[in-house]
Amino acid sequence: MTAVLAIHDLHVAIGQRGTATNVLRGASLEVGAGEVRGLVGESGAGKSMLGRAVLGLLPTNAVVSAGTIHFEGRDLLAMPEPERRSLLGRRIALIPQDPMTSLNPVRRVGAQIAVLLRRHLALSKRDALGRAAQLLAEVAIREPRRVLELYPHEISGGMRQRVLIAMAFACDPSLVIADEPTTALDVTVQRHVLQLVERLRQRHDAAVLFITHDLGVVAKICRTMTVLHAGRVLEEGETADVLARPRHPYTRALLAATPRVDRPAEALRPVPTALIESLWSEAYRLDRLAMVGPA
Amino acid sequence: MTDILLRTGNLSFAYPERSSSLFRRPTMREVVRRVDLAVPRGSVLGLVGESGSGKTTLGRLLVRLLRPSSGGIQFDNIEIGGLGESEMRPLRTRIQMIFQDPQSSLNPRLRLGVTLTRPLQVHGRLTGRRDRRDRAAALLDLVGLPTGLVDRYPHELSGGQRQRAGIARALALQPDFIVADEIVSGLDVSTQAHILLLLRDLRARLGLTLVFISHDLSVVRVLCDDVAILQHGEVVECGPVARIFSSPRHAYTRQLLSAIPLPDVEPGWLDDSSLIDISQQQGSAA
Repeated sequence: MTAVLAIHDLHVAIGQRGTATNVLRGASLEVGAGEVRGLVGESGAGKSMLGRAVLGLLPTNAVVSAGTIHFEGRDLLAMPEPERRSLLGRRIALIPQDPMTSLNPVRRVGAQIAVLLRRHLALSKRDALGRAAQLLAEVAIREPRRVLELYPHEISGGMRQRVLIAMAFACDPSLVIADEPTTALDVTVQRHVLQLVERLRQRHDAAVLFITHDLGVVAKICRTMTVLHAGRVLEEGETADVLARPRHPYTRALLAATPRVDRPAEALRPVPTALIESLWSEAYRLDRLAMVGPA
Repeated sequence: MTDILLRTGNLSFAYPERSSSLFRRPTMREVVRRVDLAVPRGSVLGLVGESGSGKTTLGRLLVRLLRPSSGGIQFDNIEIGGLGESEMRPLRTRIQMIFQDPQSSLNPRLRLGVTLTRPLQVHGRLTGRRDRRDRAAALLDLVGLPTGLVDRYPHELSGGQRQRAGIARALALQPDFIVADEIVSGLDVSTQAHILLLLRDLRARLGLTLVFISHDLSVVRVLCDDVAILQHGEVVECGPVARIFSSPRHAYTRQLLSAIPLPDVEPGWLDDSSLIDISQQQGSAA
């Protein structure tokens, strides 16, 4: 059975030729049907870039210099642009990080969901609004009809994030990319949002690539996980295995540096600076090798 | 009797809410309500709450960036709640604040050496250029930064380095009391642990008294002796960290603790039946 998403040896660089900086250095991962895979890394690891590469939303100065991205067996990078675009929002959807800036502030919530449904599912305006209300109910929004009439600034951050989740699943996508969707939220709200993502994923039978820096979040929602650093995959596997028996020193160090409410202060071990330095120097060594080697 | 450096009694703060009519008198919105805190000298108190709990406002009251609406603040047995700016001035050297976002709290146009020694200059404690460089270098060293950074600008530093610089500036006047507001929340895990341990070390070496504001109970556990849990401007529970974490008494504290995802696989964590609504907060919805 083919994976919903298969990324192989992906290289992405940002900037002008000659002074370009590599952000992904041969990253590979797969997400199977209905799987939730966590993509974990610290800032600068390239995890958001990987998500954007799948969505075709890389910054204009970024180039995919090598590698392939297959979605349901088809190479996204070789696909004509209009065809790729038609997948976005319909077959591949995004739950963005920032619920504050991801909704149009001057359009009502209902109108924003309806546009999506009308474009991709060719619904009438009336049907689209009816479907939008259903979707809001699915994300546990009471009085969905009333919320459809509101503007984004009239609802709370947690509710905005739920609207975005509803929009992501609106067209029954087979892949949802969740880019740090709970980072800006309070813990109690975060828990509800995670529960909703899981509930909708099951109901709509979608696979999820869940980008986060939080190992706790990964532990709760992802069955499999990939650890990224400096654009390289350092470790991957079943979440339960990786967290219980991390094989890579970086994964081990991250776990030891994560403060836990159930452990006393003395248990905290910061990530050794030498480890981070050695990982970066290895990444730069690979960059130099790639430059002298064949293009 | 323990030596209490900072104590608040019935401390409240309210601000006028935007009124619906130009002519109606604005209603007051209370964001800190009757807070009683006691911070023993040399200890670290964690202030924990979610967004809107009033923790930042409370922190700003403690350093007297805000004036209380009612209630008192005693710092070293001096009532500072009602002091004016000029009366506060001599105390400012003893009370400092570290801000959440070093990116915006360090002047981007000043070299680090100038930023770090500005407080000394303001209080007339610099003797000359040589002195400035030496003092700046010593401060950098104190927070574990290379002294060569004296001539650098904030944008040339990493996030963790900037936060260290923010700490160094707060230490410049050798204060005995510091309020640190969410100073590790924007940092990566690997950097965060370094900053937490640095603070713990500085506190031991310099005998600092700290109020550490955070939304994250797990970082509080690393650093604090006591913790006060804030909800809607009120302290719902306060006590030693070990007790709060092992046997929380207030329902809200328990709710906060159980919502923290620990990095252990725990089937069932997501299918909690309490998934009805996120209390349906409507923001400013009419």
